[in-house]
Amino acid sequence: MKSVLPILTVVAVIVALWYAAAVWMNAQWVYDQAARADTEVTLAEVIPQTLAQERPVLPAPHQVAAELWKSVVGQKVTSKRSLIYHGWITLSATLLGFAIGTGLGILLAVGIIHNRAMDLSVMPWAIASQTIPILAIAPMIIVVMNSVGLSGLLPKAVISAYLSFFPVVVGMVKGLRSPDAMQLDLLRTYNASRGETFWKLRLPASMPYLFASLKVGVAASLVGAIVGELPTGAVAGLGARLLSGSYYGQTVQIWAALFAAAIAAAALVGIIGAIQRVTLRRMGMAR
Amino acid sequence: MRDQGAGSPVIEARGLELTFQTSDGPVHALKNVNLLIGKGEFVSFIGPSGCGKTTFLRAIAALEHPTAGVLTVNGMTPEEARKSRAYGYVFQAAGLYPWRTIAGNIRLPLEIMGFSRDEQERRVRDVLQLVDLEGFGKKYPWQLSGGMQQRASIARALAFDAEILLMDEPFGALDEIVRDRLNEELLKLWNRTGKTIGFVTHSIPEAVYLSTKIVVMSPRPGRITDVIDSPLPKERPLDIRDSREFIEIAHRVREGLRAGHSYDE
Repeated sequence: MKSVLPILTVVAVIVALWYAAAVWMNAQWVYDQAARADTEVTLAEVIPQTLAQERPVLPAPHQVAAELWKSVVGQKVTSKRSLIYHGWITLSATLLGFAIGTGLGILLAVGIIHNRAMDLSVMPWAIASQTIPILAIAPMIIVVMNSVGLSGLLPKAVISAYLSFFPVVVGMVKGLRSPDAMQLDLLRTYNASRGETFWKLRLPASMPYLFASLKVGVAASLVGAIVGELPTGAVAGLGARLLSGSYYGQTVQIWAALFAAAIAAAALVGIIGAIQRVTLRRMGMAR
Repeated sequence: MRDQGAGSPVIEARGLELTFQTSDGPVHALKNVNLLIGKGEFVSFIGPSGCGKTTFLRAIAALEHPTAGVLTVNGMTPEEARKSRAYGYVFQAAGLYPWRTIAGNIRLPLEIMGFSRDEQERRVRDVLQLVDLEGFGKKYPWQLSGGMQQRASIARALAFDAEILLMDEPFGALDEIVRDRLNEELLKLWNRTGKTIGFVTHSIPEAVYLSTKIVVMSPRPGRITDVIDSPLPKERPLDIRDSREFIEIAHRVREGLRAGHSYDE
């Protein structure tokens, strides 16, 4: 628990800076209002007003917290105003996309390890795929899949998989190649087959690499799912909340949705971290 | 000088050559190597680095492929011998899998070779006893000292009961005290099992203490400069190292190394 104090210190500093920034950025509006009403405002009057605007340039932390609370706890989960409702829609696309991306990534890595043609050809394409801006390709995926009758969850999951397969490929190729020449020679002296080498040596040796990749991949999945919700016209999901918030200048709503996304990402990474600890301990690799 | 070992030849090399093609041109790792190793012999290969001793051991194990000459293991090509699992190989590092227990590591070759569950358990128990590691089967490698890990890796090589044991500087990374004890244990193990052992080392006392036959090698090109049949008895307490015979053999090994210009650098 020694780490609590430094963490709280950093959080306190960030919150303080945030409040200062909110006062500074929202003050102009207060002064403009006062000028229009032909009144004078003192600094003492300005500060409370900057922190309680309905559409501030930068909402204050307590406004975001209140909005989060209201839209998470204060609504029925089936309500369109509930962040739980929107969060779940995004999360389900994230998880499906993450599963597809991870499966695809592992398959590609296995292919790259065992097939020379794939070794030489797949990686450049995988790297190229990640240099294309996701914002450019997401609408096309939605449109193309919609034209063949696929809409809703799957297109979003595909975009999410598109982002998450890459770290898994890179990590798994490295992990599956991590056994050194001596360990491979040892299996050669047993006349072990490729399959036995894979299951008994390469796969277990790659586990620490896999989990590191999964953590990056799941966060990328969430980004993919949110981006996938933007071109569909803001129906449902955290992306939709972000989009409708920006349509109507609801900055507090945008920030609340952003925090909901960040909390979801942190939770997902945390869950994978927990699975990692349990798995590695059961494998005897954690000390 | 006798060239024939105690029993029938298990490993035979005639005119063996092995050349690596590198970007700096060909490297002659082995040149005109002739050697007979009989059944039940303990043969050490000694020489400075680059003399081809490890390459020769790897060629016997079919991990390297000779470019010329004849090499047979149990009357077969090394490749056939590897496929018939004729030898156990111990590397310089223990190379135990961190995700397997000691027993699990020893079971690895047995799983691959398709032994039954009961047979696996029995053999694991037997070899753990053989290397004096009873009660450590459920430990993970990181819970053991370096010397114990290397003993476990020897147990792993012994588990499937191959006739030949090939050891590539197995104690090279250990301190001298641990090394002395493991040498003593290795001799006992050899006495009990009657295996043919090929042992690579760069320690003169280790080679003289362990071997029935010492093969002295020299670099550039890698070749054999002397083959010494040890007159030491089979029973060898550690203090045999202070005996006159021991010192004479050690002297002859050193002379062999000098004749091959091993001390020139």
